Amino acid sequence: MPNFWQDPIGFIAAWLHSVLTGWGLPTEVVDFLLALLGAGVIALGAMLFVIFLIWYERKLIGRIQDRLGPNRVGPYGIFQPFADMLKIFTKEYITPEGADLVPYNLAPILAVAAVLLIWAVIPFAHNIVGVDLPVGLLFVIAAGGFGELAIMLAGWGSNNKYALLGGFRAVAMLISYEVPMIFTMLVPAMMANSLNLNDIVRAQTVPFLLTAPLAAIIFFITQVAEAARSPFDVVEADSELVAGFMTEYAGLKFGMFYVAEFLHAFTISMLFSVLFLAGWRGPGAEQFPLLGVLYLFIKTFVVYFIVILLRGSLPRFRIDQTLDLSWKVLTPLSLVAVFLNALVLKALVEAGLGGDSLGAQLLRAVILLAANVGVIWLSGQLMGQATLRERPVVSGPRPLAVSRPVVEQQE
Amino acid sequence: MTPLQIIFLIVAVLTLGCAVMVVSTKRMMHAALWLVMTLLGVAVTFATLESAFFTVVQVVVYIGAIAILIIFAVMLTRPEIQEKEPALNRGAWLAGLAALLVFAGLAAGLSLLPSFGSQRPPAAVEDIAALGAALVSPDAYVIPFEVASVLLIGALIGAIYVTGSQQQP
Repeated sequence: MPNFWQDPIGFIAAWLHSVLTGWGLPTEVVDFLLALLGAGVIALGAMLFVIFLIWYERKLIGRIQDRLGPNRVGPYGIFQPFADMLKIFTKEYITPEGADLVPYNLAPILAVAAVLLIWAVIPFAHNIVGVDLPVGLLFVIAAGGFGELAIMLAGWGSNNKYALLGGFRAVAMLISYEVPMIFTMLVPAMMANSLNLNDIVRAQTVPFLLTAPLAAIIFFITQVAEAARSPFDVVEADSELVAGFMTEYAGLKFGMFYVAEFLHAFTISMLFSVLFLAGWRGPGAEQFPLLGVLYLFIKTFVVYFIVILLRGSLPRFRIDQTLDLSWKVLTPLSLVAVFLNALVLKALVEAGLGGDSLGAQLLRAVILLAANVGVIWLSGQLMGQATLRERPVVSGPRPLAVSRPVVEQQE
Repeated sequence: MTPLQIIFLIVAVLTLGCAVMVVSTKRMMHAALWLVMTLLGVAVTFATLESAFFTVVQVVVYIGAIAILIIFAVMLTRPEIQEKEPALNRGAWLAGLAALLVFAGLAAGLSLLPSFGSQRPPAAVEDIAALGAALVSPDAYVIPFEVASVLLIGALIGAIYVTGSQQQP
């Protein structure tokens, strides 16, 4: 039997296995039940965690906007999400006339499921991981595809023009941002020589944020866009499209979209921590996996804080600006990032610096960091010139609120 | 029958049923959604063969990209959510005949393989690195790989030309 502190999940699994076989169940049935239990625990844990996330985000957004945030129910308003939850449970289900019933009802479930699928492959510690999939990174991309499908189904099935417009925007935006996202995901995979998320974490003696900052920044921006968070929330755009694809949803179905949005924002932070901030790595994490879980959550909350800060401080992009940013800036830059890291890394290995010793790794990290910073500075200069370019003046200024001299009007 | 065979049979029947629904349903949008289900069924078939890579790639490419583009096109081109025209036209039986002939040809071709009808060998560990190396190795599949990429670039340029030429007066 494994030691609890060295392998907590293995310890609990072995204990449950012995208890269940003691009841006379065959081994295959017990294995199946344990797999089912593990999947249930991860999904349920993530869903319940959202209750805390909603409070955290509302409180933080309140502070950013110089408000108090929720503060009535319980200490610091921490029980506010429970009150909201009860309210949403008791609301009426409204199905719009002419709605396409199966897509309309399937969409909210698919939206939550697509986010929960990502949790299945996230390594919380070196031996606390749902499925240690050899192609974990591709699996994350595949799960994102289901999220897009959910938004389109909601937009189409509602039989509402605002919902349909939201669906169009979602497809245009999410597909555009998937291109640089996949390119930048290639960089950690390349540097770790593996698609397995746990191997990627193990390869980060120096976090990839330092060895591939260009890819990390682009990945972060595309992930915020994939989660359709402000400033990329053109999909819902309350001031233009009512509520976009979820206009026609009420009650628990709306609640599912709400949960999916908050959980997605947290999940992208977690993915960023795993891919670029060395995930569960930290002092003593190999010895005590629970410490690794703690490190991962600390890193995730730092990234999540930045995501919320962006939401609280930036206005929404227009849809054309959103697509311009993806196709004209991020896609070429992500290609540059892939080639830069590949070429520099290969050159370093050819020059005899490919060793696994700490010194060689640090030296490689410094050279990669210098190359990346150089490219970031150069692209910043280029983009600065593009924005400072003088644009043709179409007409002179026509101010609306100018006080005209009274004398002229009397003439 | 092993449990894996039972799962395979259920998945195969569901996949074929969804495929029939793709061509027989009235609403274009529903046809696209049944197509998603069919492609998912193929992905599950890959999963029963213990090939995680092909399962995930099937979902990424066919559901994440192709099915979403088809749905996008349907959303843009259908004027109403309800459709009235019948799903089949007079050429339906011809298409059915062609499909049967292709199936018969494939079945005949496959039955000539020496391993036809025998049990699957025990699953080796999937080697993605070997697959990647084979795609760029001159001894293996580099020429089909390059031909496919040239074809895709041709399609891309063609699409840009077709959409661009409509804007000219």
